[in-house]
Amino acid sequence: MSRTFPIVVAFVLGVFMAVQFFIPHPRVTGIYNTLLDIKQVVLGCTFMLGVLSLIQFHSRRIRRRHSGAGYSAVALAGLAAMVATALVWGTEQGPYRWMFNHVQAPMQATMFSLLAFFVASAAYRAFRVRNLDASVLLAVGVLVMLGRVTVGSVVSWEWGGETVSLTTVSEWFLHSVNVAAKRGILIGVGLGMIATALRIIVGLERTYLGRD
Amino acid sequence: MAAAHWAGPSCAQPGDGAPAAGAPSFRVSVDDSPNDNGSALTLTWSPAEAAAGAVLTVLRETAGEPGFAPVGRVQSGVGTFEDTRGLARDRRYRYRLSWDTAEGVRRTPATGWISPRAQWFDRSRLAVAVAVPAFSLLVLVSILRARRGARSSIRRIQGLEAVDEAIGRATEMGKPILFSPGIDEADQPGTIAGLAILGKVIERAARSGTRTIVPNRDPVVMTVARAIGQEACLVAGRPEFYRDEDIYYATYSQFGYAAAMVGTMVRERPAVNFFMGNFAGEALILAETGYTMGAMQIAGCDADTQLPFFITTCDYTLIGEELYAASAYLSRDPVLLGSLKGQDLAKAILIGLIGVGVLLAIVGIEIGGFLR
Repeated sequence: MSRTFPIVVAFVLGVFMAVQFFIPHPRVTGIYNTLLDIKQVVLGCTFMLGVLSLIQFHSRRIRRRHSGAGYSAVALAGLAAMVATALVWGTEQGPYRWMFNHVQAPMQATMFSLLAFFVASAAYRAFRVRNLDASVLLAVGVLVMLGRVTVGSVVSWEWGGETVSLTTVSEWFLHSVNVAAKRGILIGVGLGMIATALRIIVGLERTYLGRD
Repeated sequence: MAAAHWAGPSCAQPGDGAPAAGAPSFRVSVDDSPNDNGSALTLTWSPAEAAAGAVLTVLRETAGEPGFAPVGRVQSGVGTFEDTRGLARDRRYRYRLSWDTAEGVRRTPATGWISPRAQWFDRSRLAVAVAVPAFSLLVLVSILRARRGARSSIRRIQGLEAVDEAIGRATEMGKPILFSPGIDEADQPGTIAGLAILGKVIERAARSGTRTIVPNRDPVVMTVARAIGQEACLVAGRPEFYRDEDIYYATYSQFGYAAAMVGTMVRERPAVNFFMGNFAGEALILAETGYTMGAMQIAGCDADTQLPFFITTCDYTLIGEELYAASAYLSRDPVLLGSLKGQDLAKAILIGLIGVGVLLAIVGIEIGGFLR
């Protein structure tokens, strides 16, 4: 029963979700919205599991005096401070909002801004001339980059009675060559998604249940 | 589809407020909006006949509540207006348009009464309604054929062939494996595909006594990953090897999760990093840090925007659909492989259709209008 019930639920809900996509009638969208609400409730409950896991994980590290125990202490203190201030002053104002705006948001922005450095080092490796493929990549990359800045529109020439600039070349690479490859990938991904969904609906794919 | 319109001054009903002298005679009709849940009505008029350049105020009257009230403004040249403001399917409505002129306010006569209606089929999704069942049928037929014993071969996917090599490397080095199931929720196919790979990785790692660390961004994914981990250790014959603390919740924040992953890489120094699932802006942060730490890296992602980053920084990358084939590939289950065959058949048909479409477009024949 513990094996069959989830598969039956997945089948019924999977078929319903596929069918409801084509039915705009409120009787069907009403059920759909109710299911989404149930999902939110389940998600809310699992957040409690998440927080519990977080507390257990970091408490264990502190107890065992793990090398990163100090970070764990800060994580737990941050969790406690955010919960306590949200309960006392609410989430829209007071210390919770201040900590969100002045601690959490800048930390997230810092992580995001690291991307600039990582892009530079990854681009260096990608564009390093090692073989023919890398050389083509480098040449196209340089053309596209030049075409995206002011100099791209200045460097132009006559070709077939029309004025062609580096910007035109850059756009051709982006909108023809690049998009063709991307669409090839996207078609494969779309078919893969449908096949995976079908395998789940008919009960062939059961890894999500924790058993094959 | 019901339609009510004013076709000229003769259709004006008593009490409708017939157009004033000099009023224009442009035709306004109101229809039920197609393919919706009965919450919209669409007004149309001919822009060529309408008061040129005027800003029209759309007025609505509800049956039983005398008097017109404005519900929106639109340029006369647009020719259409969709009213979605608080319509009920059990009420009747009628409309008129008004606009300002030098002589004063002018109005069209009221249209007939109409109620919005809900549709049972969204005709704008007809192409999908045909293509998806047809494709599903192909996959199901392939699965049935595989069940009856038809064998399928599958090309080598280097990224998946390297899974055993990667686990062996971690075992030899005595270091753990780090696995990220992505940042999306458990209902996303990419996450499910990533979790399918997680089961195989934990099972094989458990056999060779190697830890697999799985930080999660979504608590549902964490719960599923724990169930998968427990089962995988059981299948590997080492149930005692499973530890809850290796599959844990990090944070729901996207870049917070990236920080947690990077911190784990720096502290635990895993021999192998797996990135399998849906990733976004944090992809390069994770993969580049792993590269710097000298870890062997295998990634699988269906986001075309992140694939270049993984290809650049990882040893092996599962591109798009390869991620979805991983479960069948690693299990070698003939039935699952059969579903891949159906997928490939569908792709072959699509490639053929694209080829035909290109040829027809070159010779100037357009046949795709019904798909729009």
